[in-house]
Amino acid sequence: MLERVAVAPAPAPVRRRATITEFLARHGAVVALAVLLLLALVATPNFLSLRTLTVNLTQVAGIVVVALGMTLVVATGGIDLSVGSLMAIAGALAPMLFLGQLVPLPAPWVGVALALTVPVLATGALGWINGWLVTRYRIQPIVATLVLLIAGRGIAQVITNGNLQAFRNPAFQVIGLGRLLGLPVQVWLMAALVLVFALVVRRTLFGRQVLAVGGNERAARLAGVPVARVKRLVYVISGLCAGVAGLVVIAINSASDANLVGLGMELDAIAAVAVGGTVLSGGRARIGGTLVGALVIQMVRYILLALGVPDAAALVAKAGLIIGAVWLQRQGRPG
Amino acid sequence: MSASGARAFGGRALPLAGRYGVVAALALLILFGVARYDYFLGAFNVLSFLRYNSMFALVSLGMAFVIMSGGIDLSVGAVAALGSVASALASGLGWAPGLVAGLGAGLGAGLLNGVLVVRLRIAPFIATLATMLAANGCALLLANNESVSVSYDTGFTEIGQGDWLGLPVPAWIALLAYAAGSVVLNVTGLGRTVLATGGGEDAARLMGLRVDRAKWAVYAASGTLAGMAGAILAAQFGAGQPIEGVGWELFAIAAVVVGGTLLTGGEGSVGTTLAGALLLGLIFNILNFENGRGFISLSAYWQSVIRGLFLLAVVVMQAKLSGRAAAQDT
Repeated sequence: MLERVAVAPAPAPVRRRATITEFLARHGAVVALAVLLLLALVATPNFLSLRTLTVNLTQVAGIVVVALGMTLVVATGGIDLSVGSLMAIAGALAPMLFLGQLVPLPAPWVGVALALTVPVLATGALGWINGWLVTRYRIQPIVATLVLLIAGRGIAQVITNGNLQAFRNPAFQVIGLGRLLGLPVQVWLMAALVLVFALVVRRTLFGRQVLAVGGNERAARLAGVPVARVKRLVYVISGLCAGVAGLVVIAINSASDANLVGLGMELDAIAAVAVGGTVLSGGRARIGGTLVGALVIQMVRYILLALGVPDAAALVAKAGLIIGAVWLQRQGRPG
Repeated sequence: MSASGARAFGGRALPLAGRYGVVAALALLILFGVARYDYFLGAFNVLSFLRYNSMFALVSLGMAFVIMSGGIDLSVGAVAALGSVASALASGLGWAPGLVAGLGAGLGAGLLNGVLVVRLRIAPFIATLATMLAANGCALLLANNESVSVSYDTGFTEIGQGDWLGLPVPAWIALLAYAAGSVVLNVTGLGRTVLATGGGEDAARLMGLRVDRAKWAVYAASGTLAGMAGAILAAQFGAGQPIEGVGWELFAIAAVVVGGTLLTGGEGSVGTTLAGALLLGLIFNILNFENGRGFISLSAYWQSVIRGLFLLAVVVMQAKLSGRAAAQDT
């Protein structure tokens, strides 16, 4: 009897600790972002200026756009390694189009219109090939998209012969350098896409089908979900997003280098998705989380840069961040 | 041998064509080269081919074991770069300390992968991705963002540039590693446990196999082999290079897949992995010869396009041969 009384209170703190980890697992990204913002406020000069805000938002926009497409792919239980290479292809095609190297241009605006659409459609088509490999041949997504990760950058380099394409085209570069109500255009673009994706995931049949496919593919198929079509579509969307991001990046830089555009972007995008709380095994898609995840990565990069920490150490910090986020996710999972 | 091992543990054996297709393709490509180019089998070409591609062969071997266990190791390229820096820094003390430093750096990274995958149960894809970033950062920090010259007085460069009995030293190292890998996979219990783990981890655990030990072993081996490749890299080019190794993991994965090892794990072969690595290297070699004839001029950039297409052809063929092509398609 006495023993029982003495033992009884013991489980309480254990359960409380569990809820703290659960809380962190669910809202860890937001907490991390808040901590980082505070840290930036205290430790770096001039953090609360419009300029700093603009710089950070400009830099994060590309990652967010790619990571949105990646979120849907991951939600189906897949992964898309080809996004960085697709960005390079879009970045290689666009200048050739508005400079009139591919087709003769009747008027300059035709070139800009082509440059804003054709590259994105091209990367969307390549995304369809990813999806086709995954569904038609049931090739694992890592391998299927590895093909275009390797070949895609090669294609971009072959198109441009590996040369840097420098250009000045104000009409085209609106997407990278233009401003609307004081904020860069690509920030508005990013915000609009986040909204659209959030609505798609929450409100549309397609969004639910994506989650169903990732949650339990066999059950989804039995319930009449067109699994193959849904999967192909998410890879197409991921390709389209990568194309848009590629255009934004070259517009900001006023140059396109097929060797560098989008290099390592797949890692940043996957990290943003994972930190944002979308489980990599599929079945969940947290669009807001992905946005927060991308911001966390950007803030870490910014703070380390502002404090003069070498890039190399920043890489190590990023690695720790990814591991910490994924480990926390595991703790929060029931059972 | 390994096929029967896989079958015994319920793995699906590929038809012979899938498994030895790569050897046939390698033979055909060599015949093509011999028939078309004058100096294809010349000592200079063969030796420099082996010297250079031994590094990739070593990395591919480690990757093959990791993939057979159902995992993946994305960190090998960055770990090789780290190994090259570490061994270059230590090469002044003698060739042995230089070699040990490279191997040690690789082993350390491999053990880190082991901790993340086995202890923290983080998906191999993410865990090794993080190690890749960390190794990349450490290499840059150690090297101070520059390439590190190796010592030429201690005989360290022999590891990459030397010859022994008519073959380059790196080729001997790779041959030894592949022989050892083949023995481990086909003869030892560890090899069977690796295959069983990849075939079905839960089942292997229920059978009482030491799954965790097998996983530790494959990641440690993959890291160490990448470190070895790094030491060879430093010795061959006279410098530890913190930014080398980009894309090596892709080469290794491609070589393993081309070599007929299923990416789902549970089945694979050491010998055909070597054939896969040689095949991918040979594509580049033949591209060089073709350019030399002057009829076409394909830039080096075509290399990755061709490799990608090759990988595509192989995975599609693998999918068809193993009868996994989807019937559900709409």
